[in-house]
Amino acid sequence: MSASTETVETVNALAESGYKWGFETHIDMDLAPKGLNEDIIRLISARKEEPEWMLEWRLKAFALWQTMTEPTWAKVGYPRIDYQDIHYYAAPKKKAGPKSLEEVDPELLATYEKLGIPLKERAILAGVEGADQPSQIAVDAVFDSVSVATTFKETLHKAGVIFCPISEAIRDYPDLVKQYLGSVVPQGDNYFAALNCAVFTDGSFVYIPKGVRCPMELSTYFRINARNTGQFERTLIIAEAGAYVSYLEGCTAPQRDENQLHAAVVELVAMEDAQIKYSTVQNWYPGDENGKGGIYNFVTKRGACRGARSKISWTQVETGSAITWKYPSCVLEGDDSVGEFYSVAVTNNRQQADTGTKMIHVGARTKSTIVSKGISAGHSNNTYRGLVRITPRAKGARNFTQCDSLLIGDQCGAHTVPYIESRNPSARVEHEATTSKIDEDQLFYCRQRGLSEEDAVGLIVNGFCKDVLKELPMEFAVEAQKLLAVSLEGSVG
Amino acid sequence: MLKIENLHAEIDGKPILKGISLAVPSGEVHAIMGPNGSGKSTLSYVLSGRDGYTVTAGTATFNGIDLLAMEPEERAAAGLFLAFQYPVELPGVGNANFLRTALNAQRRLRGESELDAVQFLKLARAELKKLSMSDEMLKRNVNVGFSGGEKKRNEVLQMAILRPKLALLDETDSGLDIDALKIVADGVNALRGPDFSALVITHYQRLLDHIVPDKVHVLAGGRIVRSGGPELALKLEAEGYAGVLEQAA
Repeated sequence: MSASTETVETVNALAESGYKWGFETHIDMDLAPKGLNEDIIRLISARKEEPEWMLEWRLKAFALWQTMTEPTWAKVGYPRIDYQDIHYYAAPKKKAGPKSLEEVDPELLATYEKLGIPLKERAILAGVEGADQPSQIAVDAVFDSVSVATTFKETLHKAGVIFCPISEAIRDYPDLVKQYLGSVVPQGDNYFAALNCAVFTDGSFVYIPKGVRCPMELSTYFRINARNTGQFERTLIIAEAGAYVSYLEGCTAPQRDENQLHAAVVELVAMEDAQIKYSTVQNWYPGDENGKGGIYNFVTKRGACRGARSKISWTQVETGSAITWKYPSCVLEGDDSVGEFYSVAVTNNRQQADTGTKMIHVGARTKSTIVSKGISAGHSNNTYRGLVRITPRAKGARNFTQCDSLLIGDQCGAHTVPYIESRNPSARVEHEATTSKIDEDQLFYCRQRGLSEEDAVGLIVNGFCKDVLKELPMEFAVEAQKLLAVSLEGSVG
Repeated sequence: MLKIENLHAEIDGKPILKGISLAVPSGEVHAIMGPNGSGKSTLSYVLSGRDGYTVTAGTATFNGIDLLAMEPEERAAAGLFLAFQYPVELPGVGNANFLRTALNAQRRLRGESELDAVQFLKLARAELKKLSMSDEMLKRNVNVGFSGGEKKRNEVLQMAILRPKLALLDETDSGLDIDALKIVADGVNALRGPDFSALVITHYQRLLDHIVPDKVHVLAGGRIVRSGGPELALKLEAEGYAGVLEQAA
């Protein structure tokens, strides 16, 4: 299966734009009318050829959403979102893709390199047919509302692993979906999650059977393309007893002068002794230096460590979005289960990020580690918000939290808001926080050795984030390092 | 050769350097001695291009190139190296990574090919061996958790790998025990040759027992008040700055 040529053209336009203002792309789209009501939800469900139970599930979520109000507790400010002024379904119409990497504009490939996508993946994303052969990473690419390419299905199938668009899973594996969908993030969990439940259009589904170690990294690449379109993807990953999977998620969007809404839900389920490693490099368009445009990123990510000794690790590098509202969490139900959260959040210009995690300790001797690195530059605001909750049953639970903030310049803000609730006296909770600035001495020292000012900032920032970057899979870490440098370009001096 | 003529510089409107003239021919090592507050560190910062110092008059050229017109990294690529009095810590940045990035940045600016990780490691290990330092030095983060002596040794290692044509040593001897002092001196002496010159800024004579200078200059009140051969340093040691300055006045 190949991605459509529109994709190539759009990304091409992105490359040509040089991230300058006002670029425009014209794609042949299958677009639902603007607005949100039961008819739109029926239309989405029909387009996806969903069974009746799925439609009922969506309508129930929609009914819940209508009774809820948008949360205002985060330290982010934005104009009121008009939920009736958004397209809830957009799909590129398919044409034949280019046949080889050589046919793709080198500038396009260079763009992907700058965006942080490994080369073979880039070939897939550029829509090159057959480019998936030598890659070690299986990719599912989601453009706007639909999944356009999933690679390596055969290899994975042999291992018993299911990796497919969630729309396909709803049709082909209804029992699994029914059992787990909404079991970690219920329909009424929060405003944005409820919205997602009602209108989600695609995303990835992963099922690792008992005792299987997934033979390769799984990766989903999300891209918002169409104008005035919300993206509401839904990801569900299930690791049965003793299974292991490492999953990567990348996101980009072309730059536009209006804001676009992204409200995703990710649910992870880890059974006994299972491990899920979930890594994200989020590079949605952040808006320009005056804060115009950019993605509103309201995401609910939660993992349930259902079985004893299970482990869920969230690693995120957040450089994009105008607004980030995101708290990847772990519910540690199984005894001796482990939750980890490693985060780098970069804000520059007028970006606002309110991100962190929730670690809910339910089982005995559950352990969680939180390492958060916030980097603020320009006029941005960067908040770490985290909750560590020890329930009465969680005997001997332990948490360690490290929150470090790095400031570049004197117009930005860094905030740390830790909530700790301990209801078991045998639990141990540690919290450390630091705030530092890149100082003149460090910059001059690097420059005296021959580094340009921007390279010096890149080096210092990467050093600051090392504890998190080392948690990323190798090729992702290299790309993330480059991305950090790109995100902070022009932030000094 | 380094040529400084009538150099005046100030910080926040306060004049610090008040007309320094000095020439260090290629192949020579000169020492600058002087009491605290005489402008020694300012001279090294002005020559290396640190922000916050305003040159109000005079020139400084290196092999005919106007140093003062260049960015700090361009001066580095042109061969200028400053060994810091207080080397800076870079948390999370590995020494090997830092040095390779710096070396390749300089090589790029000079239009030379970059070294890959293997080539660099070979070079670095050879230099470590010459300096009797352990390979561990490369694995540690730049100056983080280093003792004062280790920091200075790291400066010398960087100098050995970057191979400057002009080294400014800003009180590199301060806080060093005699063994560390010898390592620093050996590092500088190993670079000595017809294409290398150095300006050794120091408070004390003892470093000059190990790095024997061709000339010694005494800096006081922002000016060179006296110049002479190595014996001048011994005289300073014996008579103190006050005595020598009195004679100069």
